[in-house]
Amino acid sequence: MSNWLEKIIPGMRRAESRAKANVPEGLWKKCPKCAAVLYRPELERNLDVCPKCHHHMRVSARRRLDMFLDSEGRLEIAADLEPSDRLKFRDTKRYKDRLAAAQKATGEKDALVVMKGKVEGLPVVACAFEFNFMGGSMGAVVGEKFVRAVNAAIEARCGLVCFSASGGARMQEALISLMQMAKTSAALERLKAEGLPYISYMTDPVFGGVSASLAMLGDLNVAEPRALIGFAGPRVIEQTVREKLPEGFQRSEFLLEHGALDMIIPRAQMRTRTASLLAKLMGLPPKGQSGYQEEPELPGDSENSAEPSA
Amino acid sequence: MSAQERQHNPYYLDFEQPIVELEEKIEELRLVGSAQDVNLQEEISRLESKSKALTAEIFSKLSSWDIARLARHPKRPYTLDYIEKIFDDFDELHGDRKFADDPAIVGGVARLDGKPVMVIGHQKGREIKEKVKRNFGMPRPEGYRKALRLMEMAERFHMPVMTFIDTPGAYPGIGAEERGQSEAIALNLAVMSRLKTPIISTVIGEGGSGGALAIGVCDRLFMLQYGMYSVISPEGCASILWKSAEYAADAAEAMGITAQRLKELDLIDAIIEEPLGGAHRDPDMMAARIKLQLTQSLEELTALDRDTLVQQRYDKLTDFERYFG
Repeated sequence: MSNWLEKIIPGMRRAESRAKANVPEGLWKKCPKCAAVLYRPELERNLDVCPKCHHHMRVSARRRLDMFLDSEGRLEIAADLEPSDRLKFRDTKRYKDRLAAAQKATGEKDALVVMKGKVEGLPVVACAFEFNFMGGSMGAVVGEKFVRAVNAAIEARCGLVCFSASGGARMQEALISLMQMAKTSAALERLKAEGLPYISYMTDPVFGGVSASLAMLGDLNVAEPRALIGFAGPRVIEQTVREKLPEGFQRSEFLLEHGALDMIIPRAQMRTRTASLLAKLMGLPPKGQSGYQEEPELPGDSENSAEPSA
Repeated sequence: MSAQERQHNPYYLDFEQPIVELEEKIEELRLVGSAQDVNLQEEISRLESKSKALTAEIFSKLSSWDIARLARHPKRPYTLDYIEKIFDDFDELHGDRKFADDPAIVGGVARLDGKPVMVIGHQKGREIKEKVKRNFGMPRPEGYRKALRLMEMAERFHMPVMTFIDTPGAYPGIGAEERGQSEAIALNLAVMSRLKTPIISTVIGEGGSGGALAIGVCDRLFMLQYGMYSVISPEGCASILWKSAEYAADAAEAMGITAQRLKELDLIDAIIEEPLGGAHRDPDMMAARIKLQLTQSLEELTALDRDTLVQQRYDKLTDFERYFG
């Protein structure tokens, strides 16, 4: 019996390795959490969530908006905004060079992408952070784009959703980046005053100046499962308090337990639940056969029915 | 005895040592003069003008890192020192009404030239026990929530808000995270941006990142000449970008943390000049200068109606040109 196996297995191994060599580069991806080797097209159908362990992998800003928005009627906002280097910042590399490298690597001009579109038929303005662009850090362009997203939502009388993934403020823009915290927070107060909803959707990871401004200011604060979210990074805290951090510290589930989040929404339900929440906050009727209606259907002429009867 | 062999005075920075030595010499001469009844006045005067010239010379070529160290100077006046010197009739108010009172932020009602105002500031401690009590000026969420409570109260009672910024940053601790450090800071930024009463902020020492900004969204932002204001501490920036905190001086230079640089970038409204040798050399003079700036600005701001005030603040906060240059 063992002889029989020995004869068969080496052959099988050879066949397997030959097959692997023929597989085009990048068709397989290893789950960073459970190390399962996953077939990429299947992984993509599963919205970049590991089918084995449900690990929510990081996705690019554009992929996020692509997953979230209806395919029809998308319009990118402030796509042309480019970062400037007012401080002529230089560490071991020049900021200009870091920007150029990040732009080349991601194909984005900066770390935030904003689009107007629809989710299940419901008009929405959606923003997504590009974590691969200098750690999704917030500088003047991110701040300005976010404010324009808020303004677009006010103009269109629709809700705002922001998918954050960021290490915080961008050091290379120094105090200018710090001021973006105030800028984005101020704009959100305007949205609030207009009675329009803002859903802050936190994805792995959200820290520092982004966490301590636009990310925590949602009418609803929601997060993906097991995203790391906090003000100070775990290493900084560990060095400061000199004790081991508790299990699950700064994960979405930890934040939910401590009252910082309204809910955790798995990626598979991102579209349906966000749309359903927005519709409720905007006083719209439940989802019909073709998604949500843009305007609530009022009996008779809506303008006249709003008037008190004489 | 050479200068290097002399005892280094731990209350002063290295570049201040020659000045301190000269001053000690002057003090010795004074003692000798009074004890032995000899007139050394001429010599003392000569040394005093030498000391002034030396101080002026040393302080004319400070690096960004020197200024960062002055901003954290152990003898630098803190918020409560200024409150005592600038305002009358200060009543400290405590607690966030939710969890605790955070001694790293102090606040209360006071009078500025007779007019009621709300004063809020970070508070550092001077001796070890006090430092620990004040958590080295690093607030927890309760500190920010107390500040918010006081600011909203100020709005209700039509009192202007004056804040003093002096913190290494918000405290990075387990409890602080559990109780929502980020949310506490974020909410302050949001509410301050639309608070219908004048807000004037002054960076008196260290303006450390979001922990500083959380009481610093305002109509007028002033900085003392040797204050610093930055998105991350020079050490923190250096350890991330240079991979070692030893490059803090380079990081300080690159980030442009000084009042002068930030004024050039139009990110602050004015620099309040410090007495020769820094605020700790003459806290009374420093306080008088701050007071003058505060009263002048308050006059300008109270002339505006509330909606104009808030609109101007919003326009300034969200201005595009200011950040893109």
